[in-house]
Amino acid sequence: MTLAIIDSGGANISSVEHALRRLGANPVFTADAEIIRAAERVILPGVGAAGAAMARLTELGLLQCIRDLKQPVLGICLGMQLLFEKSEEDNVDCLGIIPGTLKKMQPAPGLRVPHMGWNTTSVVNPDPLILGLPDSPWFYFVHSYCAPIGASTVATCDHGASFAAIVRQGNFYGAQFHPERSAKSGARLLANFLEIQ
Amino acid sequence: MSGSVSNLARRIIPCLDVRDGQVVKGVQFRNHRVMGGIIELATRYSAEGADELVFYDITASPQGRSVDSDWVSSVAEVIDIPFCVAGGIRSVEDARKVLQRGADKISINTPAVQRPELINELVEAFGSQCVVVGVDSVLQEGHWVTRQMTGIPERMQQTGHRTMDWLAEVAQRGAGEIVLNCMGSDGTRQGFDIGQLKVARELVSIPLIASGGAGSAGHFIEVFKRADVDGALAATVFHNNKVPIPALKQMLSAAGIGVRL
Repeated sequence: MTLAIIDSGGANISSVEHALRRLGANPVFTADAEIIRAAERVILPGVGAAGAAMARLTELGLLQCIRDLKQPVLGICLGMQLLFEKSEEDNVDCLGIIPGTLKKMQPAPGLRVPHMGWNTTSVVNPDPLILGLPDSPWFYFVHSYCAPIGASTVATCDHGASFAAIVRQGNFYGAQFHPERSAKSGARLLANFLEIQ
Repeated sequence: MSGSVSNLARRIIPCLDVRDGQVVKGVQFRNHRVMGGIIELATRYSAEGADELVFYDITASPQGRSVDSDWVSSVAEVIDIPFCVAGGIRSVEDARKVLQRGADKISINTPAVQRPELINELVEAFGSQCVVVGVDSVLQEGHWVTRQMTGIPERMQQTGHRTMDWLAEVAQRGAGEIVLNCMGSDGTRQGFDIGQLKVARELVSIPLIASGGAGSAGHFIEVFKRADVDGALAATVFHNNKVPIPALKQMLSAAGIGVRL
């Protein structure tokens, strides 16, 4: 299977690559629209700020390319956030594939932001992406902005307020956490993504 | 953490102190002994349910070099848990190399003491979540003070910082997490320095990781309950399997501490 990881400018992308190789996949890391369009699976990773990531995708001329993809696409962390309409981070317009605006998470006594560490998720809409996972799987999160719960929400997570942890809109999937660093649960999710029909 | 609004788990973090391609461990930062192979231990901890792994090239700063990046790749390839790398990272470029090799976070200690602006620069380049600051602290004449270049005993120096002042500055400069290495308890297996950690906890609201002194599962229960730390880091008791991680997590859970099982 051909698998493209979009070079969205983050520095620590190789952990995604290592995780996919452990599953037997052979990903290419690219910013070339032709290669991305031709791949059977596409991953949009992302670490950093929404404004910088959108500026980079714009500069690379990839915005419309990504919106038009018909194969399964998985956004990870910031990559998932970019699938939404807008982010309060840098007050930037995102890809607009999934309705909603990313909001800043609010710290509270005993509740630290960034939301960093392992947390449980609750499935609200079963999906092939989470096949074989327990009811409340643990995943590793690192983020300060979060996505609203809506029709596309597959699983939620609580940190102060509830937010969308896994989303799916047609062929676009998203994980707010890092499946590549989420031990067996994360490996299972990535394996499911590779097997989705 | 209240528990009702977030199930965020307390983290158990094994640390690989590496010298010359081997995992070593000293007592109060001296007399290092070889504890095992890097890949062997990394693989074991990932499989046993560790929540994060720290790789610390202890002689990088005292020898004036950056962390050995071939080892970073080799470890990143075999583990599926978050990976933090420390050792002689002095610039945004040094950090970028380590992140590109598969680290998820970088931890800085001596270079931050020598040039505190480095914290801001790293936060700006990679975000707070990526930047951990390690602080080596020791009690001296009634005050906690910090040390630098602690990886080689002959090169260890005082920094002129009072620990609590330095922690406040580190947080203010945007670090995403602090690892407080309490040198007085390091390697003694007599328990974490609860007194010092409680003071630090009151002072900083970013994640705080306790380090130094773990000798039994009870010490972990104590540090989470009494000092409200977000994670606990240890080396020897994990390397020699005196405290096996799966059993430790079962005990923490039974004691009402939220951990990932």
